[in-house]
Amino acid sequence: MNAEEYRRPAPRLPAPQAKEWLAFSKRGVGGWAFLLHRLTGLVLVFYLFLHLAVLSALARGPQAYQAMLAFMDSPLIVALEVGLIATIAFHALNGIRLVLMGFGVGVRAHKALFWVAFVLAAGLTALAALAMF
Amino acid sequence: MAEVTFKIYRYKPGAIDPPRYDTYRVSIEPHTTVLDVLEHLRLDDPTLTYRHSCHHGSCGTCGMLVNGKEVLACVTRVADLKTDTVVIEPLRHQPLISDLVVDMTPFFEKYEPVGMPYIRESEYLPHSQPPEEVGAYTRFENCLECGLCLSACPVVGSDPDYLGPAALAAAARVVQEPRGQDVPTVLAMVDTEEGCWRCHAAMECSEVCPNDVDPGGLIMFLRRELLTGTSRSGGKR
Repeated sequence: MNAEEYRRPAPRLPAPQAKEWLAFSKRGVGGWAFLLHRLTGLVLVFYLFLHLAVLSALARGPQAYQAMLAFMDSPLIVALEVGLIATIAFHALNGIRLVLMGFGVGVRAHKALFWVAFVLAAGLTALAALAMF
Repeated sequence: MAEVTFKIYRYKPGAIDPPRYDTYRVSIEPHTTVLDVLEHLRLDDPTLTYRHSCHHGSCGTCGMLVNGKEVLACVTRVADLKTDTVVIEPLRHQPLISDLVVDMTPFFEKYEPVGMPYIRESEYLPHSQPPEEVGAYTRFENCLECGLCLSACPVVGSDPDYLGPAALAAAARVVQEPRGQDVPTVLAMVDTEEGCWRCHAAMECSEVCPNDVDPGGLIMFLRRELLTGTSRSGGKR
């Protein structure tokens, strides 16, 4: 093959995809915060639709709604609600951390702020669990 | 002298395609770097390709993934990894040309338009004032243009249009120290959906930066400047 015939092979292009969110291991606390914030956000979106589905029982009459409420009292559902509180608490507190960082507040302390958000969320969840069980 | 297993990502378009990992056993000394190992292996296999130049962490060309983390191979000692098996792969999120060599063109296409001057005013030592004829000491900017931050950023991985941490950090440096550059123009470049607002503050860029540029912190600086408008008069200096 002479030089004129040579064509440089096309490079292997990276495929942009959401799984790259998970390619953060062996790095820092900020990566964990990013991943948890995204995952809890997805859970909250899922919960919004679940919430609407539960409320839609109202459209089927009082008896259907009472039956749904009775189902919601089961220990499994209450445990899931505790998980929901944990999700909301972390997402909200880490959201405050992100807003502060966007204003240039606490950027150098972002790891400590993550742990503050995490511990506060865990504490709020524990208090809620004590009240609910 | 200890023996370490190296698993090296191999890819040649049309020849080693799909990619594979080749395994080598190499004896290492306490000071042996990952780049030393690659150069040693290349004596037996000249088809092994990687980028390098200065061997002392100032040119930024030998960026790669070592055990999943972005590093400069020339300043990464194998003994410090404290493992019997070392996996070496090319940087993420950039076009792969061959083995460990990625195409840096997309990096520079985003980085260069910002127009960051390569010199900056140096920090002063209290007891070391510059002579009158010098006026002020200068030094090179911190960024090595190694691309580690782009590889580490999860947003770059999911959105190729994102300006990315290196270009945004360069823009922040222009805002901090314009040296004749037009600050409002640079701020307009980054005040976009794919600019500094696309960052999700994972701060992985700052975690892997080998020269403490702190791109994540500088992106947050840009946001503060845009939110508070402190730079609209033409920068801080």
